[in-house]
Amino acid sequence: MIRILSMVLALLCLPLTAHAQELQSLLQENQKVVAKPSRKTVGPVLDALVASGLPTAPQFLESWQNKDVYSRKEDGLFFYGAKADGGIALTDVDTGDVVSTVDAKAVKQIKPNGGVRKEIASALVQFQLSDPDIARRSSAVNAIARNMTGAMLAPLLGSIENEPDAALKARKEQLANYLNARFGDDSAARVAAIESMSDDLSVEGRAVLSQILESELVSFEGDAEGNIAEKLTVGEDITRNAAYELLVEQQSLTPQISENELRLALEANVEGGKVADIPVAQLADLSKREQAYDSLAAAGAVPTRVTDTMVTEALETYQFSRVYLEDDADVTSAAAEAQREVQTNVAVNQFFDLSLDAISLASIYFLAAVGLAITFGVMGVINMAHGEFIMMGAYTGYVVQQFVPNYTASLIVAIPLAFMVTFAAGVAMERLVIRWLYNRPLETLLATFGISIALQQLAKNIFGTQARPLTSPGWLDGAWIINDVVQISYIRIAIFVLALLFLGLLLFILKKTRLGLEVRAVTQNPRMASSMGINPDKIKMMTFGLGSGIAGIAGVAIGLFAKVTSEMGSDYIVQSFMTVVVGGVGNVWGTLAGAAMIGTFQKGVEWLNPSNTLAAQTYMILFIILFIQFRPKGIIALKGRAAGD
Amino acid sequence: MRKSFLAENPSVLWFLACLGLFTLGVTLLAEATGAGVISTSFVKTLGKVLCLCLVAIAMDVVWGYCGILSLGHFAFFGIGGYAVGMWLMYARTETIVTQNLAERTIPATATEINDAIATQIFGVVGSSEFPLIWAFSHSLFLQLLLVVLVPGLLALIFGWLAFRSRVTGVYLSILTQAMTLALALYLFQNDSGLRGNNGLSGLQNIPGFEAVPQSMISMAFFWASALALALGYVLFARVLSGKMGSVIRAIRDDEARVRFLGYHVESYKLFVFTLTAIIAGIAGALYYPQAGIINPAEIAPIASIYLAVWVAIGGRGRLYGAVIGTAFVSLLSSWFTGGGAPNVNLGFYTIQWTEWWLVLLGFSFVAVTLFFPGGIGMIFDRLKKDAL
Repeated sequence: MIRILSMVLALLCLPLTAHAQELQSLLQENQKVVAKPSRKTVGPVLDALVASGLPTAPQFLESWQNKDVYSRKEDGLFFYGAKADGGIALTDVDTGDVVSTVDAKAVKQIKPNGGVRKEIASALVQFQLSDPDIARRSSAVNAIARNMTGAMLAPLLGSIENEPDAALKARKEQLANYLNARFGDDSAARVAAIESMSDDLSVEGRAVLSQILESELVSFEGDAEGNIAEKLTVGEDITRNAAYELLVEQQSLTPQISENELRLALEANVEGGKVADIPVAQLADLSKREQAYDSLAAAGAVPTRVTDTMVTEALETYQFSRVYLEDDADVTSAAAEAQREVQTNVAVNQFFDLSLDAISLASIYFLAAVGLAITFGVMGVINMAHGEFIMMGAYTGYVVQQFVPNYTASLIVAIPLAFMVTFAAGVAMERLVIRWLYNRPLETLLATFGISIALQQLAKNIFGTQARPLTSPGWLDGAWIINDVVQISYIRIAIFVLALLFLGLLLFILKKTRLGLEVRAVTQNPRMASSMGINPDKIKMMTFGLGSGIAGIAGVAIGLFAKVTSEMGSDYIVQSFMTVVVGGVGNVWGTLAGAAMIGTFQKGVEWLNPSNTLAAQTYMILFIILFIQFRPKGIIALKGRAAGD
Repeated sequence: MRKSFLAENPSVLWFLACLGLFTLGVTLLAEATGAGVISTSFVKTLGKVLCLCLVAIAMDVVWGYCGILSLGHFAFFGIGGYAVGMWLMYARTETIVTQNLAERTIPATATEINDAIATQIFGVVGSSEFPLIWAFSHSLFLQLLLVVLVPGLLALIFGWLAFRSRVTGVYLSILTQAMTLALALYLFQNDSGLRGNNGLSGLQNIPGFEAVPQSMISMAFFWASALALALGYVLFARVLSGKMGSVIRAIRDDEARVRFLGYHVESYKLFVFTLTAIIAGIAGALYYPQAGIINPAEIAPIASIYLAVWVAIGGRGRLYGAVIGTAFVSLLSSWFTGGGAPNVNLGFYTIQWTEWWLVLLGFSFVAVTLFFPGGIGMIFDRLKKDAL
């Protein structure tokens, strides 16, 4: 019975042991390379390992990569090793059984260098593509995407069919398509793959197309050869110097000598205050220097100079072309076509993205300026401290976050609190200062400026000069990604919504409430309003408070995406005034129009010159100055008596 | 019979006498020329204050007399500084570069010298070529011409555009502020050709006067500033006296009425705006060689507002008021921020003036606007009234 059992067991083990010998023997065939791998030699071994299809191969590759493989000195066999008491515990590479624990001196650890490990990793990828663990599969796919090579095409295609995860399968197919487009063997299949990419907006797809279309400059003595992208005309498509340098490099012509080299050559040949019989003092002139050099060259002291005429001759002899690295003309023309389509598509999407940016910038300007539109527009009061009210709002938000740790809750507390704080500040300022200056607008400007610098410095004294964070709640992090080109962060959407909300609220207050009616009456004719029983003093106070309060809320909103500093107000004050003035004073719709125009214009200029936001702001201001010339009363001007200065 | 200009404006004589006495006093006490009580750096500070006084009287003319609250005159001041700074920087770099190149065996060509200067100046913004606006920088005369021409032309164009479309009051203030901001933002760019936010530096070294000690150079600039202030004062007093001055004041008080009387208001305003811009440019050209460095931050809108603050504290509508206000506030400011003022210990909190000075200035400015619209100059008005 026992015998039978043991026989069955042995039978069961037979295939296993047969396997067991396979990996070890495969490795022994390449003993030297495995023990001392180098980047050049390791390739065939890896290919053999992959081709063998052994289930134990991936584990070996991984251990090899992680420097866990040891070779026994006495017979050169390979084992997995792990540090253990009294030396190294060796594990058989095939069976996975612990064989023995040996002294550390009896074995040699195999340490592949970085280059080899990279090779191993790419070989491993092919196994990992079909790994049961989805994390490994997707990391393998990512590894292929990072470093696309033609060798990956076959294993990738092979792994697609049995891929259980739909998303990963789609990704694999996309990647296989890219690989096919770049490295496929069949021209027609490549063209088809490229054509399918013409509606692909992803950065990866665009990179694949431009890699297919990679080209180099080549000079030809006779007719151009290869897959030519375009012929270049010297002086138009390529500068004279660049063309000649290309010739030096590719046709081994003599390089031109730079002015500096010329000087050094002359300096090396000064004899008794003269270079080739020309006194040194005369050499402060380039033509004299060239003359001296040519005399030296004639005497054989220096190599002959390449003159301008020689350059011209050489340039006439040769032709210059940009040649695709890809030889197949069908493929490159399909790729160029696809790239054109993609670029058009990208431009359209970029325009859309830019419009979103412009709207978001406009809503920021609107939020910052709408409070000002009320105080300046309705009351004719220039409030230079408006920016500082924005700052106060932002700091209120910061202080609230110090007490309420939950960001969502703190935001809910901060918004009304910021309104109240700045409302109170505005009312106090109106009562104490502005009320006395209603008929002296220029002096209001200066007095509020005094308050502005005092408030700024106070904030600096209290909160310090470093920027304070106003952290937005988690649900406002991230962005709404429409495609690879168009995306907008949630915070900007929130600000847009907030701006809309304010627009609605203000319109409601001004048009539908008693307060609004009285405000409009006082704006249009304060004396008539007061004879109708409206108290202009009270209305002005309330209006000023309302405008300041809105500035406070705008401060919280702005603080969420910009840093809170004592100077943040001054960043917005000039723009806010511009918005109000451009839009037309005394009108909420005007402010909206002004903000939209300024936002759009600024983003438009930034699009033309994306690296330079400073320039965008400069041009925007110049534009506004000119705009005021043509519409001094702004986009939406009040008509009738209220329009009087 | 019309009385002579000076007899009609006794304050001009008084002012010139005071300025002369002050200059004499400083000269006698300074390190370079007198007893050595006043240090060189303080002579520089005083010289700078005189330049600020000059731009302040320009501001006073345009605001206090003509009613245009320009928040852009410091931009003209800065342009003047940049214009003279370009020559100073070019000429000094040229001296250094020529010295370095002279050590070579073979004398340098003109191109080599030019390239070396350009690399030296613009290396900091990653360029080695002269931008177009430096075309005249080799010539002191042309750059001095630019000191006058650039602010003048800019003011002329800007003023023409603005006054033509009847932009007045606070709108004009905001527009001038926008102009200043645009200029500052433009200069902050590295490819503006004026070294971006590095600005121009080393302006205190006057080419050709390397052998003269700084104490003497600063004394010379002090005298030049005093002379410029005196000339500017007389010029403005002259402009503001007589019929023209009356029209200018009338425009301030009621622009529409002056227009209906048949005066071409825009021309008067444009004249005043441009003239004051030119004087501001000259003041800047004298100021920055004493300061030693100019960068775009100097032109930021806030500087022009401070200018208005000085004039308001001194008392606008009086030329001497602008001078007094500027001297008073800027000297006080450097005393407070320089740590000269003793800290006030309240027991629970120590007021450090370096931190609290701006708060004090801000609120006292509000107080002046509210309670003393005449500023410090009002005291002199009272004295005059009492004397009569």
